[in-house]
Amino acid sequence: MVPSYVPLSYYLMLGGFLFACGVVGFLIKRNIITIFMSIELMLNGVNLSFVAFAAHWHALAGQVFVFFVMVVAAAEAAVGLAIIIAVYRTRETLNVDQVNLLKL
Amino acid sequence: MNPNLNLWLIPILPLAGAAINGFLGKKSSRRAVTTIALFFSGAAFAWALWVALRFSSLSLPYQEYLAHWIRSDSFSADFAFYLDQLSLVMLLVVTGVGFLIHIYSVGYMWDDPSYYRFFSYLNLFMFFMLTLVLANNYLVMFIGWEGVGLASYLLIGFWFTKDSAASAGKKAFIVNRIGDFGFLIALFLLIKHFGSLNFEQVFQGIAPLGVETAGAGLLTAIGILLMVGACGKSAQIPLYVWLPDAMEGPTPVSALIHAATMVTAGVYMVSRSHTIFERAPTALTVVAIIGTLTAFFAATIGIAQTDIKKVLAYSTISQLGYMFMACGVGAFSAGIFHLMTHAFFKGLLFLGAGSVLHACGGEQDMRKMGGLKSFIPWTFLTMGIATLAIAGIPPLAGFWSKDEILWKAYQVSWVYWAIGVVTAFLTSFYMFRLLFMTFFGEYRGASVEAHGSHGHDPHGHDADGHGGPHESPMVMLVPLMILALLSLVGGFVGWGHHFEHFLAPVFGSVEAAEVASHGTELLLMGVSVALAFLGAWLAYVLYCSRPELPQRIAASLGGLYQTVVHKYYIDELYGALFVKPLIDGSTRILWQDVDRKVIDAAVNDAGDGARHVSDEARHMQSGNIRSYAGWIAVGSAVVIAFMIWMAVGR
Repeated sequence: MVPSYVPLSYYLMLGGFLFACGVVGFLIKRNIITIFMSIELMLNGVNLSFVAFAAHWHALAGQVFVFFVMVVAAAEAAVGLAIIIAVYRTRETLNVDQVNLLKL
Repeated sequence: MNPNLNLWLIPILPLAGAAINGFLGKKSSRRAVTTIALFFSGAAFAWALWVALRFSSLSLPYQEYLAHWIRSDSFSADFAFYLDQLSLVMLLVVTGVGFLIHIYSVGYMWDDPSYYRFFSYLNLFMFFMLTLVLANNYLVMFIGWEGVGLASYLLIGFWFTKDSAASAGKKAFIVNRIGDFGFLIALFLLIKHFGSLNFEQVFQGIAPLGVETAGAGLLTAIGILLMVGACGKSAQIPLYVWLPDAMEGPTPVSALIHAATMVTAGVYMVSRSHTIFERAPTALTVVAIIGTLTAFFAATIGIAQTDIKKVLAYSTISQLGYMFMACGVGAFSAGIFHLMTHAFFKGLLFLGAGSVLHACGGEQDMRKMGGLKSFIPWTFLTMGIATLAIAGIPPLAGFWSKDEILWKAYQVSWVYWAIGVVTAFLTSFYMFRLLFMTFFGEYRGASVEAHGSHGHDPHGHDADGHGGPHESPMVMLVPLMILALLSLVGGFVGWGHHFEHFLAPVFGSVEAAEVASHGTELLLMGVSVALAFLGAWLAYVLYCSRPELPQRIAASLGGLYQTVVHKYYIDELYGALFVKPLIDGSTRILWQDVDRKVIDAAVNDAGDGARHVSDEARHMQSGNIRSYAGWIAVGSAVVIAFMIWMAVGR
């Protein structure tokens, strides 16, 4: 239950802020781990707005969605971290600009 | 009911000959090519003769339907043939003279490497000419009309490796196109106003129309446009310039196409359309003036030419002018009469000239001939007859027809007669000049011993080595003799207006306008004959008894003489007026400006532009994930901003 004295817009603004932080981090950071964390940040920004809307409209679908997102994010984190470790082992760097073997 | 004459065979036979020789001739022997060519042209002549024999039993005009061609709503044009007195005369002239010239060509062209090609073209020409003559509507006539133009082009440029021959062919074709343009417009007008091109239907449609006295009208326009077409084909002012150049072709071609048959197609066409012209006095006057001027003008040029074939070419133009003069004064049958006699004596003159060239190893300059009468007596004799005939010395063929024309012209206006009779004087002068320069006096050519080594002979029949001027073989002489005979007696068909009566069903009654008395006729005849003799005498004085005189006269005339020698600079004038502006305009404006600066530039700029734009757009595809993400972020930001703006703006 969302207490009635915290308006919906606050949650949305916080969610938007988190999402924006994620976007900016994704765009300007070169370290893969930081980028990875930025993606998590974006996902959580979206999750926050989902639950906020779900509470506001008394609709459970939004919360169900969030669980799905969290499951996928967890799986993604496992795979993603494994890839990062594999990359570090072969290239000995975590700078994305240097991981460019597939580029033309 | 008429019996079936199978007229279609007459044109188809030469076509078959052309096809066989054209496709198979290269691998066949000369003998086989000769047999095919002579058989098919001879068969056409035989068939024409057979038709002529049965002619009196026909109800005229005889029409024969072969196949339908164009059917569109009420308009139709069929492959169909039409035979009346006029077509019969043309038919006999074309097949007869054509066959003789085929025979002659066997001797003349024997040593040419493209022997089969020559006969293929010659047969092809016969096919088109006979189509033209036998057509029962203007459209089929037009097929023949264009076809003879094609054959003429092919034959003028027969020695196409020679640059002058190739360009002469092109010139003939292009100048003829100008005339054909007029002819075509006339046909369009006929379709628009009479809904048909069939001779019978058109003339029936015209028959109830009155004479256009107000000066101009539909029929006048059609008449003048038809005359434009005739000017091209029959080498009249202002489109005559192609004919002298056409002498680049082999001499039998000049005889057949550019003297006896094709160039008379215009006269035939105008005569065939007499129903139109009779109702358009202005058009008739135009025809008469063009004819009269051409006759005189070309004759004056002929005086100063030194190339034997060029003299004959200008003479042909001049004689064609006579025929148009006859048409223009309404004496169509006189025009056709002259057409026929002219085919005899001018064909003979050209063939004789060919025989002279043969004797002199291809030399065409009369200043290098002379004294040939003892070397080539038969050629001299036949050419002498032809010269007498064309000069209008009675009782040879040319006298009858020319006198007929002059008499008819006098009845319309004494001006036509006066110019015509002066032209007759000039004709007699330049023809006897030709005769005297060629056959009399001393031989002025290369010395007899040196002659055999001439290696530059363009006519290709010098391979056997000449011992000096020598007579042509019989195969060339026999056609000359037959034509000489025809030139001698051919005029007698005009005796007592027989010829005119024969053509009367086509052109209307004979005794329409006899305004002047019989005495006047005899007087005028006497004047023209006297002038003909005077011309001959003058030529004798200048070129036989006192050969130093012409040069002194030429020198004293100075600029005038030079103008005439250079054919009044008409070619140069046309070059400056039409050809050069056209070439310059095409080069500078159409090519360098329009083509290169507009069309090419547009295409190139479109290509360059596409490349530049894609060059810029390429940078978006950097392969850098974060830049893609950046684009996505910017894109979504724009979309969101738009949605907010939409929401707030409302």
